[in-house]
Amino acid sequence: MMINFITEPLQYAFMVRGLAASIMVGIVCAVVGTYVVLRGMAFFGDALAHAILPGVAVGYLVGGGAREPLFWWALITAVFSSLGIGAISRSTKIKEDTAIGVIFAGMFALGVALISTVRSYTVDLAHFLFGDVLGVRAFDLWLIVIFGGVVLISIIAFYKEFLVLSFDPILATTLRLPVRLFELLLLILIALTIVVSLQTVGVALMVAMLVTPAAAAYLLTRRMPVMMALAALIASFSGVVGLYLSYYLSIASGAAIVLTCTAIFAVVWLVKTLSKFIVSGKNSN
Amino acid sequence: MAFLREIQKTSQHFKKQHHQHLTDMPILKAVDVGVAFENGFAIEAISFSLCEGERLAVVGPNGAGKSTLLKVIAGILTPTRGEINIYGQEPGGHICIAYIPQRSQVDWDFPVTVADVVMMGRVGRLGLFRHPKESDWQIVNQALEVVKMQAFAGRQIDQLSGGQQQRMFIARALAQEAELMLMDEPLTGLDVNSQEDIFSIMDELKKQNVTVLVSLHDLKLAAQEFDRVLLLNRKMMGVGKPKEVFSKDNLLEAYGGHLHLLSTEDGLLALGDTCCDGEHE
Repeated sequence: MMINFITEPLQYAFMVRGLAASIMVGIVCAVVGTYVVLRGMAFFGDALAHAILPGVAVGYLVGGGAREPLFWWALITAVFSSLGIGAISRSTKIKEDTAIGVIFAGMFALGVALISTVRSYTVDLAHFLFGDVLGVRAFDLWLIVIFGGVVLISIIAFYKEFLVLSFDPILATTLRLPVRLFELLLLILIALTIVVSLQTVGVALMVAMLVTPAAAAYLLTRRMPVMMALAALIASFSGVVGLYLSYYLSIASGAAIVLTCTAIFAVVWLVKTLSKFIVSGKNSN
Repeated sequence: MAFLREIQKTSQHFKKQHHQHLTDMPILKAVDVGVAFENGFAIEAISFSLCEGERLAVVGPNGAGKSTLLKVIAGILTPTRGEINIYGQEPGGHICIAYIPQRSQVDWDFPVTVADVVMMGRVGRLGLFRHPKESDWQIVNQALEVVKMQAFAGRQIDQLSGGQQQRMFIARALAQEAELMLMDEPLTGLDVNSQEDIFSIMDELKKQNVTVLVSLHDLKLAAQEFDRVLLLNRKMMGVGKPKEVFSKDNLLEAYGGHLHLLSTEDGLLALGDTCCDGEHE
């Protein structure tokens, strides 16, 4: 029975591709998300995800629904948005989160406006907003492998530099590391991660994939590499469980994946809080 | 221009090229240094020099510009006026300067151990794409030994006391092979025993010919433990032996109405409300 439960969806190629995509995306998002959580960049990640919508829309209109132009347009928009947000928040009097808010809402509205010119508006918009992991094609899987791989290799190759930069930027300066360049690289890596994950969870739910697994892992460990590994495990597990939930309960796939992540976070948080409560209760006796 | 400089830094980091030392120069020379922010000068007209192995306390009230002075010496800030020389060159190319932050400005929940933090001091020496070798771990261990923290190597940083946190950062500066250590308020919030630990480590540093510059708000400690002090409140009131610098006129000028001077048997006693954390500059 149980085996049937697991194998039944696997007879469909779209399910297998969807599972592969959500596992890989989960790993990339979780590893990059570790830095997003530790550096307090959740709002930046959310904004960046929303800000690429106009790029996606142009790619969609230009390519008539083909995947490839859509990917490249999204990629270019993401990289420019991340650099643009960085530049504006540095050069004006306006606080960074305000600058991010202004750009993010404006870009998002532009994206919605562009997509609304197409007739099948609601369906397409929903795919971009909430993901369509069951529509993943072999070509998309290759893009995830290549660009997700680039992200992971960069994070590993510059592990010690990113660690110093995130823990103590002043130390990075006195060690004469190219601080600005690494800051820029991290923004580009986050942008790449978002584009790679676009089809799995969509623009609106992206921040959950970046933040939730890493936050749960943060509660469980106090070691950076362990945190990355745990976050990757939680995220890819959520990807698989979410897809099965989506298959059997007919829930939107992106939402199912994010809800599974959130549930895991909730359980971890609850157990941690309760155990702290019990320990402190024992101590006071 | 800024971008080119980043590229240059990357290549220096990759090839591990940093400024060579001209040993006949003083380790630190500040000439008419001023740093201005949007609302005016935080410090100005600062001139002094430091020889190898010396220990200097920078003393002044809150907001006097102590952190700013340390940061401009470290090459974290660029002087608006005047210049800083480290062995005859600007600080920007040196990796022998360690800045030890105020403990209140560190994220103690960051998921790293004591050994991880000390190893961060090696990153500048390692260069790009190179991982710590056995010899680097040995240097980390030796550094922890100097500050008597070997037993805490695997400990999470959020489980340390204030004195242990401070000693960990000194170990990191040792691992960095720093010749000039800039410590921002290292004694603030420490009990007397932990303060004594820090001073005995400073004595050890002196033996190793490490130059130490400490910012302090405790005049008494500065007078007791340092051969030379620099009295600062935006401008420099004086630099030299504590007895000479902590004159009544200088202290009144630096502390203004916040200071009360009492003549006692031990000499001049200065009482001020210069406490302590959260010096925002």
